[in-house]
Amino acid sequence: MKIYIPPQLKRLAIAFAIFIAIFLLIRHLLVPKSFGEYGWYRGDALIDAAGLPGLHYAGQAACLDCHPDIDYLKQQDVHSEITCETCHGPGLQHTEKGDTSLITKPSSREFCGSCHSMITGRRKEAVFQVDLKEHNPGKKCIDCHNPHQPWTLNEQNLPEGGS
Amino acid sequence: MDTERTKSSRRRFLKSAATLAGVTIGYRWLNSAQLVVAGEEPEDKSLPWYGIGIDISKCIGCGNCAKACKLENDVPKEPFFFRIWVEQYTVKNDGTVDIVSPNGGIDGFEQRFPDEEIFKSYFVPKMCNHCANAPCTQVCPVGATFTSPEGVVLVDSKYCIGCRYCIEACPYGARFLDPVKKIANKCTLCYHRLSKGLDPACMEVCPTGARVYGNLRDEDSKIVAFQKEHITQVLRPNLNTRPKLYYNELSSEVK
Repeated sequence: MKIYIPPQLKRLAIAFAIFIAIFLLIRHLLVPKSFGEYGWYRGDALIDAAGLPGLHYAGQAACLDCHPDIDYLKQQDVHSEITCETCHGPGLQHTEKGDTSLITKPSSREFCGSCHSMITGRRKEAVFQVDLKEHNPGKKCIDCHNPHQPWTLNEQNLPEGGS
Repeated sequence: MDTERTKSSRRRFLKSAATLAGVTIGYRWLNSAQLVVAGEEPEDKSLPWYGIGIDISKCIGCGNCAKACKLENDVPKEPFFFRIWVEQYTVKNDGTVDIVSPNGGIDGFEQRFPDEEIFKSYFVPKMCNHCANAPCTQVCPVGATFTSPEGVVLVDSKYCIGCRYCIEACPYGARFLDPVKKIANKCTLCYHRLSKGLDPACMEVCPTGARVYGNLRDEDSKIVAFQKEHITQVLRPNLNTRPKLYYNELSSEVK
C-alpha cells in the first residue's frame, strides 16, 4: 500500500531539514568547544581565570626566602601574625628583581594610625590604640618603635619622661 | 440526536484534555530535579568547596583588604568600583544607624560622632558571598557567569556581553560594570592566586586575621574551625542564595 504524501508537505519537510541543518551548523560554530565541560558555561573560562595577569602580591613564603632574620624579629613580638605585605605593599616585583626601590617602607604617623588610631568601632582587645593627637605629636612612630618589634623601644629617641 | 453528538464530543474533549494535562504535569514532576541547573554542589568531592569567614569582632577598619584587592586585581581606582569594601556602622543612643564607607575604607575611617552619643560601632567588610545558589549566575543570558567546581563565582570575560543582568540580580551589590572593558566585574576570591597556591590578597594582608577562607569539605580547614568556634550568620538568608560567606557577630543593623 502506498501512502500518499502531498507535494506541499514534501517541500515543507525539505525546507525544515535545511533550516535545522543550518541551525545545527551555526550552533556548532558559535558554541565554544569546552562549553558544558563542567556546567552551563565555557570550561576554558576556568583556565582563563586561573591565568589572569595581575599578580602583585608575592605571598609571605616568598618574603621569608630572603628575609628570615626579619621574620625572626617579628616572631618575638605582637606583630608576629602580620604578613610583610600588609605594611610593605605588593612585593612581587621586588621579590623577582630584588630591587629595594620596588617595595615601600611606610613611615608616616598616619600609616601606623590606619590600624592604631583610636576609633570607637575599633575594639580595644583587637588592636592596641593610641590617640595620635596626644601621643608624642610631631614624632614619627618608628623613631621609638621598631615596626618589626613594636615593644622594643629605641631608648635614644624616647621623649623625656617617656610615654 | 444533536444533543447526543454534542455530549459524546464533549466527553471526548474532556478526556483528551485531562490526559494531556496529566502527562504534562507528570513529566514536569518527574523532571523537576533536572530543571534546576544551578545551586547544586558538584559531585566531584576531590576539589575544594570554598567558604569565607569574616570575624566582625576582629575587624579594625584599617582598609588594607580593600586596598590590596584594588592593587592585586587592577580594579579601577575611582571610589565607586569595588570588589570588596568595608562599611562603618555607628548605632547612636537615639537609635539611628549611621552607615558610611568612604572610598570603600581604603583611606581609613574616622570617628563620626563623640563617644557619648554612640551606643555601639563596628566595621563590616563586604564582598561577594560566593553563593551556592547564586542568583547572578542564573540570570546570565549567555552563560558567561558561573559557579566554578570549587564554588567560586566567576565571570567569563570573553563571553560577557555587559548586559548588567547579574549586577541587578546580586542582592549584595557585589558586582559592577568595568568602565573600560564594559563587562561585569566581581570578586574572584583571587582565583589566579588560589590556583598558584597563594592566599587571596585580602586574606594575605588582613593584620588581625579577621578574614579566613578554606575548604568547607575539609574538617581541618580554617573555615570549618571558624564555623565551629563561632556562632556564624550569613547575610539575607531569607533569599535562599545559600551564601558561603559566614560572619561572626553580625548585628541586625547589617543588611
